[in-house]
Amino acid sequence: MGGRALLAVAVALVAVAVALTRVLDNQYYYFAAYVILQYIVLATAWNILGGYTGYVNFGSAAFFAMGAYTSAVLIKAFGAPLPVLVVAGGLVSGLLGLGIGYLTLRLRGVFFAIATLALAVVLQTLIMNWRYVGGSRGIYTIRPAEVPFFANYVELLFVVMLLLALGALATAWWIEHSWVGRGLMAIRDNEEAAECMGVPTLKLKLLATTVSGALMGIAGTPFPYYLTYMEPTSAFNLDYAVNSLAMPMIGGTTTWVGPLVGAVLLGTVQQVATVTISSALNLLIVGVVVVAFVILAPEGIVGLFRRKVGKARA
Amino acid sequence: MFSFDLLLDVVVAGILIGGFYAAVSLGITVAFGLLDVVNIAHPAFVILGAYGAYVANSRFGLDPILAGLLGMPVFFLLGMLVYRVYYTSFEKRGEESLRGLVFFFGITFIIEVSLLLQYGVDYRSVEAAYVGETIALGPVDLPFRLAIPFAVAIALTVALHLFLSRTFYGRAVKAVSQDQLALRLMGASPVRIKALAFAIAIATASIAGALLIMIGPVEPSVGREYIGRVFAIAVLGGMGSIGGTLVAALILGVLESLTSTFYGPSWALAVSFGILLLVLAVRPAGLFGR
Repeated sequence: MGGRALLAVAVALVAVAVALTRVLDNQYYYFAAYVILQYIVLATAWNILGGYTGYVNFGSAAFFAMGAYTSAVLIKAFGAPLPVLVVAGGLVSGLLGLGIGYLTLRLRGVFFAIATLALAVVLQTLIMNWRYVGGSRGIYTIRPAEVPFFANYVELLFVVMLLLALGALATAWWIEHSWVGRGLMAIRDNEEAAECMGVPTLKLKLLATTVSGALMGIAGTPFPYYLTYMEPTSAFNLDYAVNSLAMPMIGGTTTWVGPLVGAVLLGTVQQVATVTISSALNLLIVGVVVVAFVILAPEGIVGLFRRKVGKARA
Repeated sequence: MFSFDLLLDVVVAGILIGGFYAAVSLGITVAFGLLDVVNIAHPAFVILGAYGAYVANSRFGLDPILAGLLGMPVFFLLGMLVYRVYYTSFEKRGEESLRGLVFFFGITFIIEVSLLLQYGVDYRSVEAAYVGETIALGPVDLPFRLAIPFAVAIALTVALHLFLSRTFYGRAVKAVSQDQLALRLMGASPVRIKALAFAIAIATASIAGALLIMIGPVEPSVGREYIGRVFAIAVLGGMGSIGGTLVAALILGVLESLTSTFYGPSWALAVSFGILLLVLAVRPAGLFGR
């Protein structure tokens, strides 16, 4: 996909967003749109490592929560402004990705996956016992009462998340169209061959884990303001871990469009389903759909679409 | 205050729990260590086994361990089925590293949420006459709640070890783990042997689940705590060594017990994670690896 497609998506997202702010009165839609945009960031971040490189991260919730709790600490300690939070959260989660990657990626990829699975459980337990951020009881974050240019703080958060989503998509697009992306894809297809051809595999893998982790953390940084009351179970919610890999898997993992399609589709369905059905059943459906997709349509929706278009042209 | 009696109690409790950890990890040692099938859903199957024991116990008054034993054939067939799907969809196509992992993650999720929808988030437990009793063995007390799972876990470990080292099929499983191509050249099908071994690995989850719910109450998401543990044990034990799994499980049990008593229970979970990262960084072959 060329730069034009990215530009078109960016324009479309902004247009929908602007239309939303003009038409809608109901704050609920901002909350719902915020969640979907947040999933675009998470799914895109996951795909940079999972889709391009072929290394599975099961700990998206941990990276997300690290961003969220970095924010919570900085707000409580210094009352730090939002841009600082975004940078700091990205830094902390990026370093976490680098550290886990450095310890496990020199071996087989499965060890990275296993380590990320365990990471979420351990970090959650530690946060639950850290009194400064409220432990298991949670922490209150008060939104600034007045914001310039916006009607209220929820609208500001929505616009921030929109910018973050565009930033994440642009990052994925750049990686895909640069030597970095080609290197990552070479690793995915055959790591040994790539190494032999002179691709610096370990460095590239570490770069991918760092960028992916940082983006997940960044997605979590406005979270304390979004919730105003955050507890470990909501920051480490299993939804994030499952959705951030389910969305690219369903949308398609080979291009930046896949996670976007998956996030918009699955995110919207879930927003409707959580309200109308139960949230547990909703998660069960995601689980079944993911298993069905990895077995029956490994290339995702984008892959299915391409195959159809390809057939029509031939 | 430090006292020798306390230390002794803590170490004994750690050994008892460690034995149970071995029962939970055996399935990973076989599936991951010997067959190279990264079954991250194993703890979820253990939870399924625990709920099986719970239903058999609460509805039919069956002894939990007997229920675990009776559940084994069912789990065996389930394992057979899961491996068939895994093989045809991922292993055969060479896609096990990414999609195969996601497949098992999805299964974990389906099991956990199904149990949640069926039984809710309440903690469930089993009843048996002997569960509350304790015998004194010299200076230490042995609660049956921990001692019986320990004994059953050791029996299971020994049985699996004997199967793998003494029987024809057991040796075939080891042959698969050593050289699949050679096996093919001899005219044997590695797929059938792997299906059998994977089914046995899942069958151990039935007993391990019964032991789990005997030790303490269980709710659907408890399985998550075991993912770090079982892989730490499998890697520390040297990937595929049954004896190594037992030793690694006992080490982890004692370390967790010490940490939990002297630093607080919340740090106990971090022990397995620390061991996992440390072993991967320092000696990926584990204690008993080749």
